[in-house]
Amino acid sequence: MEKERLFGKTLDELKAVAAQVGLPKFAAKQMADWLYKKDIRSIDEMTNLSVKGREALKEYYEFGLTEPTKVQASIDGTKKYLFPTDHAKFIETAMIPDDDRKTVCVSSQVGCKMGCLFCMTGKQGFQGHLTAGEIVNQIRSIEENGEVSNIVYMGMGEPFDNLDNVLKSIEILTDDWGYAMSPKRITVSTIGIIPGMKKFLETSNAHLAVSLHSPFDEERKQLMPIQTAYPVQKVLDEIKSWEFGRQRRVSFEYIMFGGLNDTPAHAKELARILNGIKCRINLIRFHPIPDTPLKSSNEETLQSFKDLLNSKGILTTIRASRGQDIYAACGLLSTKALVKKEEEPDY
Amino acid sequence: MKKSTDYIKYDDELFQVALLKNDEIAPGVYVLSLPRLHDFKAGQVVKIGLPEGEPPRMYSICSGEKEDELKILFNVKGGGWLTPRLAKLQPGAPILISEPMGDFTGNDEPAWWVASGTGIAPFYSMFKSGLGKNKTVVHGGRYLQNFYFEDEFLPELNERYIRCCSQEKGGDVYHGRLTHFLDDQDNLPKDEKFYLCGSPEMVVETRDLLIRKGIPYGNIIAEIYF
Repeated sequence: MEKERLFGKTLDELKAVAAQVGLPKFAAKQMADWLYKKDIRSIDEMTNLSVKGREALKEYYEFGLTEPTKVQASIDGTKKYLFPTDHAKFIETAMIPDDDRKTVCVSSQVGCKMGCLFCMTGKQGFQGHLTAGEIVNQIRSIEENGEVSNIVYMGMGEPFDNLDNVLKSIEILTDDWGYAMSPKRITVSTIGIIPGMKKFLETSNAHLAVSLHSPFDEERKQLMPIQTAYPVQKVLDEIKSWEFGRQRRVSFEYIMFGGLNDTPAHAKELARILNGIKCRINLIRFHPIPDTPLKSSNEETLQSFKDLLNSKGILTTIRASRGQDIYAACGLLSTKALVKKEEEPDY
Repeated sequence: MKKSTDYIKYDDELFQVALLKNDEIAPGVYVLSLPRLHDFKAGQVVKIGLPEGEPPRMYSICSGEKEDELKILFNVKGGGWLTPRLAKLQPGAPILISEPMGDFTGNDEPAWWVASGTGIAPFYSMFKSGLGKNKTVVHGGRYLQNFYFEDEFLPELNERYIRCCSQEKGGDVYHGRLTHFLDDQDNLPKDEKFYLCGSPEMVVETRDLLIRKGIPYGNIIAEIYF
């Protein structure tokens, strides 16, 4: 019998586990302490549970951590971890050091369904959702465990297409019984799946980042198929109905494609559609991928685009490219080479 | 909007209607017929759900703009919550539907419609709305039974209706994946739009292939199941 993993369970789920194996109710909190606050790796090490209770737990459950099978280090200090997931699939996680900060960029799915034209993850298609445990394991099982200052859900996958597991993972990371991190240290990035975004904003105080990439509908549709289902104007209408500021921030990600979305007209239209939203824009250098018809904007254009947006009153920064030499930079994560076809495609 | 006796307002975005018909048109593939509450543009989607169930999901409308009934094509997803339940619905059962939405709509210019599996739904809607005259339809499926509307496409489009079957051989059907068929074409029109609808894998592979063959990416419009 395949044993279920304890790691990744919420306090309520641990209460159900305790009841199932005949442990007292308070054992749920004790298990949460062992899982999320202490550095142990087995049920046997949960020494404040009775021996009988631990044996009963082990009958159905395992601790549930997964070690990375590969680590690559960039010349700039960024690391890329390869993790196996259930059902013999793989995901990548990036750890980006910056002065005293260590930011972990976690994946939420194996592959991605969204098919954005500029993204390497999209090219591998979709192979599955990660569980909450598999998401949190990307922080717990890296060498920098315990030193992580920030978490961004910007790795493989669209977080709001795996909403329940993403919300559960945030609960584990931020609740007092879990890692007790401030939600201000967590940012979830979406391409704009409105129902998921709405539920996230209702239930979490973590920051929101939205991939915009063009203020013009037809152009965005060519870059991001999601535009046909959730047009950016509707995404912005939803965002405008929420309060953002110091407690919870919203930022917009904008990859700069040379000769496509980097003109002054784009900057002006961006400023127009974002009017009324207290936000920041992160300009991102495009990292070319195979078969792409897109190219990067040059540095001069990046700077003048940034200056124009800043002059319109929108705080705009250029995100440093990190880990490009190990394919850990924005839009480059992929485990396509490790995907085993489970069935013949339907086309 | 139809008269209010046809529906009950369920919440801010959903209307509850009574299912009219549920036809299994191929093994595990169904067409739901519902009262048409709203006008729509061929190619648009609606959210479909069940009362007290999990959140609704989006489906392309699979009927013409002028038809009295609104139809939805779906296949049963193993392990899914919604589709196994939809498959068992009987006429009269309550079902939730949203207003039409989305922007994957066609026009009367020449274009290629490329679909895999149930991704044919928005193109069938466009076809039934009179937009099929100057279109080339490329439909991919694993088996011969996956070409759900061939009896209607074939007489009207003739050689401009191409079925690509990867697992079975049959008649005038191209044996192989639709990507192989497209790759075999030497003169794909660079000034026509290519509309793609289907699985993410099909869409990204086909899009890359078309770009390699010289189609400007601005002429490739995709809708992905998610």
